[in-house]
This record gives sequence, C-alpha cells and structure tokens, in this order.
Amino acid sequence: MNAPLVLGIETSCDETGIGIVRGRQLLSNTIASSMDEHARYGGVVPEVAARAHLEALQPSIDAALAEAGVTLGDLDAVAVTSGPGLAGALMVGVGAAKGLAVALDKPLYAVNHLVGHIAADILDADAGELEYPTVALLVSGGHTSLLLVRDLTSDVEQLGETMDDAAGEAFDKVARLLKLPYPGGPEIDRAAATGDPTAIRFPRGLSRASDMASHRYDFSFSGLKTAVARWVEQHEAAGRPVPVADVAASFREAVVDVLVTKALDACARHGVPRLLLGGGVIANKRLRDVALERAGAAGVAVRIPPLRLCTDNGAMIAALAAELIASGRRPSTLAFGADSTLPVTEIQVAEDPDAEPPILRAESSPRAGAAS
Amino acid sequence: MPPRGGVGGAGYPGTVIIGIDTSLGTAVAAIARDGEVLADEQSANPLGHAEVIGDLLRRATAVVPAPTHVAIGMGPGPFTGLRVGIAAARVYALGRGVPVVPVPSHDAVALGVLLADALTGVDTPRFAVVTDARRREFAYSVYDGIDDDGLPVRITDAALSPRDDLDERLADLGAVRIETTRVSAAMIALAAARALDAGRTLADGEPLYLRSPDVVAAHAPKRVS
Ligand SMILES: [Zn+2]
Repeated sequence: MNAPLVLGIETSCDETGIGIVRGRQLLSNTIASSMDEHARYGGVVPEVAARAHLEALQPSIDAALAEAGVTLGDLDAVAVTSGPGLAGALMVGVGAAKGLAVALDKPLYAVNHLVGHIAADILDADAGELEYPTVALLVSGGHTSLLLVRDLTSDVEQLGETMDDAAGEAFDKVARLLKLPYPGGPEIDRAAATGDPTAIRFPRGLSRASDMASHRYDFSFSGLKTAVARWVEQHEAAGRPVPVADVAASFREAVVDVLVTKALDACARHGVPRLLLGGGVIANKRLRDVALERAGAAGVAVRIPPLRLCTDNGAMIAALAAELIASGRRPSTLAFGADSTLPVTEIQVAEDPDAEPPILRAESSPRAGAAS
Repeated sequence: MPPRGGVGGAGYPGTVIIGIDTSLGTAVAAIARDGEVLADEQSANPLGHAEVIGDLLRRATAVVPAPTHVAIGMGPGPFTGLRVGIAAARVYALGRGVPVVPVPSHDAVALGVLLADALTGVDTPRFAVVTDARRREFAYSVYDGIDDDGLPVRITDAALSPRDDLDERLADLGAVRIETTRVSAAMIALAAARALDAGRTLADGEPLYLRSPDVVAAHAPKRVS
C-alpha cells in the first residue's frame, strides 16, 4: 500500500497546527501560536485563542503546503482534532476540516488529541519502531495524563489524569505568584537554575498511601500551588525576602518527582519497561533529566519525540490518521462535533460504517503539483 | 425592483455562488449569478454548527460541481458558532481555489425583507435588522431602501445596544424594528452576487465580533492564608 498523504488540523488550545505527513514521513509541521496574546492574562483565554485560530488557519495551511511541496489536490485525506480541548477553539478546526474535506471530496478523520501526542513519536525517523505496550506520560498546559498504550490505533487505556490543574497550568500559576512572566515553565526553569531543589519540601499530590487505592495514577497540582502560595505569604509576612530560586527549584522538583514516580510506578505495576513522554511540558529539561535517570535505574527505556512534535501540532494529528488509514479504518462521518472532554479510549470519532477505507493511488503517482 | 437576472450573468457564464452563514443557525445555499436558488440547506438549531456544517455544505454543493465564489456571512452573531461557518467557508474556498466574498449577515436579512416587500408591492419603511447578541444586548443595523445595484442601503453599520435601550435608539433613527432568528444563506449569496456585479465590497474579511474578547486582565494572585 502506498503511504497516504494526510493534512492534519489541530486547534485544541493556543497553537494552530497544520501538519502534512506521507505515512510516517513528516513533510511539514507548521505552527502558529497565540501565546504572546495570552501573556498579559497569565493564561490561555479561550476566546482569544479561538479568534487567533480563525486568523491563522489559512496562512498556516498555505505555509504547510509550500513547505511540504504538495498541493491540496494531492492529499489522500484530511485529519482534525475533535477533542479533548477548548470547545470554541476546537470548533474552528472542525469547521475548517469539514470545509476542506468537502471541497476536495476526500475522506476526513476526526481523532483524539491525546492519542495524537503518542502518534508524534512515529514521525521521529531516527527513533526506531514504537514498541507495545508502552506507558505514556503526556504533560502540557492543558492536560496531564498517564496512559497505557497497547496499540496506537485501537487500544489506549487511561491509567490516570489530573484531578484539577494540568502540570503546565501549575507552572503558570506559581510563576505568577513569584511575579514571573507567562508562560511559567521556562521562567520557573530559569529561576530554578541557581536554586536548591531540596530547600523546601512541598507536598506531592495524591501520593499518600491512602491515595493509592483510587488515585494511584492520578495527579493533583492545586494543593501544591496553594502550598507554595502559603509558604511565600508567610515568608513575606515575616518581612523576609522570598528566595525565588529555592522556591522555584523546590516547586519544580515536587512536580517532576510526582510525574516521574507515578509514571515509573505504572511501568512497574504493568510490567512495561517502556515510557513515552509527550506534551509541551516535556520541554522542561529537569523533567527529562530526572525521567531518564530514574527510568535508567529502573530498567525502563524512555522515548521522547523531538520537542517541536511534543508541543501541540497538526503533524501528530495527520500521523495518527495515517496510521488509522494504514490499519484499514474507515473515515469519519461529517456529523461529529468538538468534544472538549473526549475520552482517550476514543481514538477516532464517528467512524462511518458505510464508508470505504480510502483507496490509495498506485506507486509514484505523476500527479504531484496538479490540483484535482 | 429592477430586473437583475442576466445582467451580470451574461458576463460571467457559469457563475455559481455558495453562501454560508452561521451567525444564528447554520445555513448553506448555492445560487446562480442571476439569483436562481440551486440549493438551500439549513439547520434552525442555534447550536450544533460544527456538527451540521459539513453535511449541509456537502448537500448544497453536490448540485454545483464548479462553484466560482464563496459568500460568507461575517456576523454579527454569537462568536463560537459564527467562527464555524467562516472557518468552513474560507477553507472550502481555499480547497476549491475560488475567492471569498464577505457579507454582513444583517445585509442578507435586509435584502430578504426588501425583496419580499417588493414582491407584494409594499413600501418598506426605514428599518433595523435586530438579532440577539447575548449578554442582554442586541445587535442591530439600520437600512433604508434598495439602491440601483439591488443592494440594501445600510444607514448604520452593525452595532450593539442594551436590550432595554434599543427601542429608544431605533425611534431616534426613525427605524422600525425587524427582529430575526435566522439568516438565509441564499440571501448571503445573492447580496454577494449583486456586490460582484457592481464591483462593490460589502464587508472586509474579518468577523463582525463587535466586542473585544471578554477577558479579565491578569490580577494579583489571591491570598490563600
Ligand atoms: Zn496537547
């Protein structure tokens, strides 16, 4: 079978991602971010994000096509994130994807954003085949999820998720209370560089023995954020200067510790010696370092896609659709919507029982450059 | 109403305009340049734009293999739904390689009112198209008659008014109130056709939000102790 040429549209949060893949080959990963527009609010504002998506869509599609050296007429399928994410933001991508699929009369695949983060890994040509099962830890400003992946296209189980804030959100909120700018991740990192991660013992959420029964793989960061706030207030009340570097380093250590501990616990309990990391917070070097070090000691192999593929992007959405096509899945109907709480078990949304899987053109199609 | 049929169509054989509007419900239509309605698909549901836009678009375009323009209702309307139609329309046009023609959604409503009155020989007084803008506000645009291009004469561009103040404002403007809960995509397309014939632009390419993103600026962190 010829590898399908797929354009993926991702608008679940503040990045407008347009990706183009040919099977597992990455041709373009075009991202327009509205992050700067959110900076003055200290967090992602859904209406600001949705407006920015609408503005960025068309130029991003044009840029992705130019980079990939293909035309819309060459595409075999269109893919889009149906959820989870911000509803109003998702709907911009869903509307656009449907418009494109109808215009081109090409199959449309509506897919799960979180599973897309896992699919990002298969675009890493240097990484070798993704082995199953694998535990996946996805950490970003919008989600913190621990998954057991038995098969990318058919069997992803959620082991746990955050009960309140996402890890990236916790970074943003703690940065704010330390009077550091948005986004908080890199700022906390910078401040923590000269700090002592053992200076203050901040709480590890949902890590007590009593939590293990029902929340073994779940996360909670709002208590940690409150603990940091209380510590800072008490310090200020006593008239002492706040040791920002130590607070930042100790906070970051608490987040990293709980993420890595739970991920490796999941590996051990499920007998899976493989851990895949994904999501924008993986850009945090301390998280990667601690994960690699402790996984190494536990005999767990860690995979980390290139960072451009870890943050939200359309290439991972296209890659997931390409895998679905390769496994013979039928396209989605046109009747799906945005699902802000789409469960990770729904890898593809609204698969059409009456549709045929796409028929791919024969090898070395001479039609490149020609619109249909 | 002056005879429009064929005036522009003669110069543009095969012109077919797709109209898309999601400022209130979801509507997709296809018309020939002379105004003949080839398809008119709609969902009156004020929600669920993202769910229905694809099927409506596919049905409306199934009868027109080669549309030449995509007319887009630019609002005003509730933002989330409005964006679904604009996104679908822009990217559909990109996929077909045809230009978009932005149309204020209220212009389409006004055109429908004026054409209906013309058919029955009624003289249409100056009027305001009024639509729900949520948050206890209405959006309104004032029109007065139809011009030589067959387009409604817009006296004031779309604006917001608190619900309780609207009647007073319209009285000051001497406009009767015409409230509507749906926008015809065929009228969006017809307004676009007439604008194209006349070489006019009815709206710039941006959505008519009328409101800045409703946000609370970053405030000092709340005390926790
Ligand atoms: Zn994500």
